[in-house]
Amino acid sequence: MSQLNTLHLRAYPVKPTQVYLYGTCLADSLFPNSGIDAIEFLELQGIEVLYPQGQSCCGQPAYNSGYTDQAKAVALAQIKHFPLDIPIIIISGSCGGMMRHHYKDLLKDEPGIEKFCDRIFEFTEFLVNSLKVQLDDYGEPERVALHTSCAARREMGVHITGRKLIEQLENVQLITHDYESECCGFGGTFSIKHGDISNAMVGDKTKNLLDTGVVRYVSADWGCMMNINGSLEHQQKSLRGEHIASYLLARSAKGANS
Amino acid sequence: MSAVQVNPNDESKYAASARAFRDNVTRDLANDELRSNFRGAMDYLMDKRKTAFNDAEELETLREQCKLIKQRGLVKLPHLLEQLEEKLTANGIQVHWAETITEANEIIAQLIESKNGKTVVKGKSMVSEETALNDHLETQGIECLESDMGEYIVQLAKEHPSHIIMPAIHQNKKQVADLFVKNIEGFEHTTDVDALIQQGRNVLRDKFCQADVGVSGVNFAVAETGTLCLVENEGNGRMCTTVPDLHIAITGIEKVVEHLADVPPLLSLLTRSATGQAISTYFNMISHPRQPGERDGPSEVHLVLLDNGRSQMYSDDELRQTLQCIRCGACMNHCPVYTRIGGHAYGTVYPGPIGKIVSPHMLGLEATTNLPTASSLCGACGEVCPVKIPIPKLLLRLRQESVKAPNAPQVMKGQGSGRKSSEAIIWSLWSIMHKSPLLYRVGMWFATRLRYLMPSKIGAWTVARSAPKLAPRTLHERVKARQQTAKGK
Repeated sequence: MSQLNTLHLRAYPVKPTQVYLYGTCLADSLFPNSGIDAIEFLELQGIEVLYPQGQSCCGQPAYNSGYTDQAKAVALAQIKHFPLDIPIIIISGSCGGMMRHHYKDLLKDEPGIEKFCDRIFEFTEFLVNSLKVQLDDYGEPERVALHTSCAARREMGVHITGRKLIEQLENVQLITHDYESECCGFGGTFSIKHGDISNAMVGDKTKNLLDTGVVRYVSADWGCMMNINGSLEHQQKSLRGEHIASYLLARSAKGANS
Repeated sequence: MSAVQVNPNDESKYAASARAFRDNVTRDLANDELRSNFRGAMDYLMDKRKTAFNDAEELETLREQCKLIKQRGLVKLPHLLEQLEEKLTANGIQVHWAETITEANEIIAQLIESKNGKTVVKGKSMVSEETALNDHLETQGIECLESDMGEYIVQLAKEHPSHIIMPAIHQNKKQVADLFVKNIEGFEHTTDVDALIQQGRNVLRDKFCQADVGVSGVNFAVAETGTLCLVENEGNGRMCTTVPDLHIAITGIEKVVEHLADVPPLLSLLTRSATGQAISTYFNMISHPRQPGERDGPSEVHLVLLDNGRSQMYSDDELRQTLQCIRCGACMNHCPVYTRIGGHAYGTVYPGPIGKIVSPHMLGLEATTNLPTASSLCGACGEVCPVKIPIPKLLLRLRQESVKAPNAPQVMKGQGSGRKSSEAIIWSLWSIMHKSPLLYRVGMWFATRLRYLMPSKIGAWTVARSAPKLAPRTLHERVKARQQTAKGK
């Protein structure tokens, strides 16, 4: 795979004093801990985190289903809640891909949309490339696998940053699983519209993760993890995924995991 | 695996099998042997491609160059096609234009009949699969024999290709040996691939010498020189185009390239993307029929140029990118959906990601409405496409066309046919709720408070997964509470 794709070359701001957090609809209603953990992590880095209460969803579900007008209305409603010219940190690669890339098409007539899109940073890429964080590891030794979402990998080019962060953790051994770059089968409405194909895909993904023998895998995308964890739970397996923001906070912040 | 049922008189025989997509998927997902055949073969092909492109920078440069070559060709397409016809004609190759598959088949049948041809030997041609040429010729009493080993296997099994480069990839060597036992007289049973194929080749060898007509595809048609380029590995393409007295080539209008110099980079990218080969074993350049004094070659060469929906792709700037395709098959090799369901489930001539974006133009969106949605949009196809077709983006576009309102301007056949009013209403309500911060917050407040009422079974999702559980408090609420605590301190 090429890492030279110009899509992935971007300028990163030097460590700002303030950022916005885009929580995503999934984290908002189902997995709020990861949002809180991301905020705490950033605050420990000395950054003030603003969380606009007007945010809801990036519009991706409707957009991927072909309902452009409905997606556009929701997308437009998001951007006005982020008026300050500061980075917008998003704790999901696929929502990040939507706001960073697809908004340029969807909202192409909107003045300043390019500038808005350029302010979107996925959590791990921001940590590595802007904050250049150096993580201490206060956790117990463990083996862990990493799942990177397809959008994080191919639209945001941030599969490398997640790996870099885990590798900084001294007591953590990062285990590669078979077909690591292959899709888990979520794909939003795809998993409902073509449930049987999606099931076959997540069946293989969970098998490959289970084969590593890890007790935990980490990911930066709740879409994938809702799918993979849901399948693992259905199979009555104990392996679970954890959002990378929570994982990094728990291991690297002194006392945070006690 | 059952073959696609064929009715030679039906213009849209593939439309019916594409409509049966969901049933096909159920059937093929349940076939463990088939799934194992595909997984193994795709792993092999992905690995071969990776080895062939060991310099990422060179790959990117070449992809960009070839994308631009194809785009330049498409910008000038009408002009290049005229130039191609002019040059080919001057070279002694006769050009025929076919708007539909029926027209293409009739042209070819007439050419064969004009020579009293009774037997045809075919090189590999997906466009002739598109027109279901064999079926048509059969109704005219003309026998067609597929001479590409994969196509030959598929023909013996009365199936259709499951992959555009490797037509019989869905069969393993044991299955092929069983097939040969049943169909080849004197076949000595073996599962040694070389010995197996050699026995098949011996049958084909005789047929080349007996055939009246050779039919082939075209990989690149060079407008500048009037040259037809044919890429192949088995030598059967060369036999088909040189031994019989009549050679008929058939291809889609998008295969025209402007300059001879455009061919080397495209060829390099094609063979490396397809099979990981630096170059194919054979590369044929056909510029004219047999000349006086030449010892072999057909006395007549014809080219049939087929539209079959390509003009529709051409007339929209975004959809036009579909025509950049050089038919390497890398998108299907890397597709997690194709790897699971295999090539026959699509029900179309072209399976996999490229099949999902070309078939709706050929068969209409009504028959193919399930294809663009059968993708997780993972992007693996777009990442490996040698000519940088943004396949995921085009899938999205086709989804949009599929659910378009009835009064929208006409872009393609069957647009709007996937629109269900129930789904449209759901997305409209979703939109109203998510664009209003107040409605969203109130909605989420109630949802989280009433989370125990959420059903534990949610359609297809919970067939293989547990239902997600709503949090007791939303992130919005928790951030607010956290800020208030901080203020209080």
